[in-house]
Amino acid sequence: MKKRYLTAVALAATAAIALAGCASGTSAGSGGSAKTLTLAQAQQATSVKDFGGMDGLVAAAEKEGHLNVITLPPSWANYGKIIAGFEKKYPQIKINSENPDGSSADEVAAAKSQKGQSTAPDVFDIGTAVLDQNLDLMAPYKVQTWDDIQSDWKDPKGQWYYDYTGLMSIGYDTKKFPDGIKKLSDLLKPEFKNSVAIKGDPTQANEALSAVAMAALQSGGSATNIQPGIDFFHKLKQAGNFLGTLPTQATVASGETPVVIQWSFNNVGWGPAAGSAGNPNWKTVVLPGTGFGSYYNQAVNVDAPNPAAARLWEEYIYTPEVQNLYLAAGAYPAQLPAMKKAGTVDKSVLAKVGDAPSDFVQLDSDQAAAASTLLAAKWAAAIG
Amino acid sequence: MTALVSNSRGAEGATPRRRGAPRSRGVGLGWIGLVPFTVYALLFLGIPAILAIASGFFAENGAFTLANFSTFAEPQTQKDIAGSIGLSAVSAVVGAIAGAVICYALLALRPDGWLRTIVDSASSVLAQFGGVMLAFAFIATMGNQGILYVVLNQIFGANTFSSPLYTVPGLTPVYLFFQIPLMVLTFMPAMEALKPAWGEAVATLGGTRRTYWWRVGIPVLAPAFFGCAILLFANSFSSFATAAALISQGGLLSLDIYRASTSETVLGHANEAGSLALAMVVVMIVLMAVYGLLQRRAARWGDR
Repeated sequence: MKKRYLTAVALAATAAIALAGCASGTSAGSGGSAKTLTLAQAQQATSVKDFGGMDGLVAAAEKEGHLNVITLPPSWANYGKIIAGFEKKYPQIKINSENPDGSSADEVAAAKSQKGQSTAPDVFDIGTAVLDQNLDLMAPYKVQTWDDIQSDWKDPKGQWYYDYTGLMSIGYDTKKFPDGIKKLSDLLKPEFKNSVAIKGDPTQANEALSAVAMAALQSGGSATNIQPGIDFFHKLKQAGNFLGTLPTQATVASGETPVVIQWSFNNVGWGPAAGSAGNPNWKTVVLPGTGFGSYYNQAVNVDAPNPAAARLWEEYIYTPEVQNLYLAAGAYPAQLPAMKKAGTVDKSVLAKVGDAPSDFVQLDSDQAAAASTLLAAKWAAAIG
Repeated sequence: MTALVSNSRGAEGATPRRRGAPRSRGVGLGWIGLVPFTVYALLFLGIPAILAIASGFFAENGAFTLANFSTFAEPQTQKDIAGSIGLSAVSAVVGAIAGAVICYALLALRPDGWLRTIVDSASSVLAQFGGVMLAFAFIATMGNQGILYVVLNQIFGANTFSSPLYTVPGLTPVYLFFQIPLMVLTFMPAMEALKPAWGEAVATLGGTRRTYWWRVGIPVLAPAFFGCAILLFANSFSSFATAAALISQGGLLSLDIYRASTSETVLGHANEAGSLALAMVVVMIVLMAVYGLLQRRAARWGDR
């Protein structure tokens, strides 16, 4: 008997808590309607016009008072400053920055599992491969400067649009390697023992896969054939130079990971630009030859709990002010060509970072899928 | 984990029920006290565990499938399961023995003395020490640029030695850093339950110190010892954050679950995380079953 009571009470309690969870979920969904637009209407707004202009959008966003962003590390492409800038410009909107070190897949998982809740992400900064598989999560929205993004860098309906790209670069400690790094094969030299790290497992992290793709381009491979890149890392491992740990700003500052292959904006962000948290001797090189990049996309969650703030964030991202912040971090913003034409680019920053290369390779979704399949089969053995 | 601790504590049989005490008193409402824990365990342990494992039986589109289990045919998965079991076994055995020796040494000290107090509180703090903080402590001491290897390489020439810290076996000393204190915490009560009178009885009957340990001490302590060792195994088997901060290229089951569930490159395999989680549960069930058998044997001995 005792046991049965216990189960019954436990079940009842579980049900009560679950119901309470649902109830608060629905109230967050139906409540919070702006004067001008209901939540459902705001979630379907496709441009600033639906809010009656920029003032209407700002008013609606301030009424919501919150914005949930996800997987934006402060040291990544200047996101620390970009978030702070938004909060300064719109002090009535509080930004919740969730899971800063997560992956694009984490963004999608959060949007699905927290659907209808007030904590769900409002906006995505997302890699192309994951984006392509989850287009049903992306609401069409076109920012005011839509025409400044070239047509093959955006979805005609506005479900996604390129934001910025880095180039795969090699960051290294000039104090430890005064001779520098001129070509990829330099990394196979004995003085680089236990030195070269990449940003995770290529079968998990896009940035690590991009390091392999860059190595492939430098070793006679191509976007459709990244095997030479896997072979390079195999040789690096054989030479004892590959370091199987995850580099962070702290391991770069302490000298534990003296060479890191990663996006240029991260290498720049971990160097002297980071001030006391960075490594003052950290140098970023993009090797000559065809570069490797990968645009990250912006998109608005269809079920955004703060739909107006989400759209205001996109408007903010595509202002010259923020696009220049990406550039300062070594990330090339999508509106750079238009900004150069209009003269809104920060010229001193552009001179320092250098212009975006006219030709660099990025993987389309079929190439990315093929590369992933190859890595899933070959990578573990190559560096095992 | 909690269940395991209470098991190992229960095994020592420190507080036998008083004969003739009114048994039924308070039983009628006593179960209410258990409700918060049961609800908590169900909500935060039971339901998530069932959901996670169930996800292993479904495809991305929601259809029932066994395809996720094909991951066990891959050599990498097999290697990583072996890696997880090996690391957990070594760190549990070494941790249990070292912890038991420390407990033995502590027995000689006054229970309320300052050294005992320090070791007790240090153990409870260090047993919870893990994740990125612990990883960094070891990078600073045992990394390639850490004190140990910098000194060694200065003496024997540059690049003579490489730190093993970023490999699966290299995690053993890191894990021992929290395994040994956990052993001290959980095993000490059992050690304290050894009555000095038993030693005196053995001596009176002409036994040596060795006879005492061989015939009394070890048999009495064995169930608690193995219970604690299994707790240590589970603790290391399920560890993730420390390993993830040190190793980026996989090699452990917990890292495989992370990779499968969060991958942004190899897509459509997220539900393999569920079948990998099932493998973890199966390993733990097998261990618990073995422990149950051991304990029943030990209890039979105790009845005689």
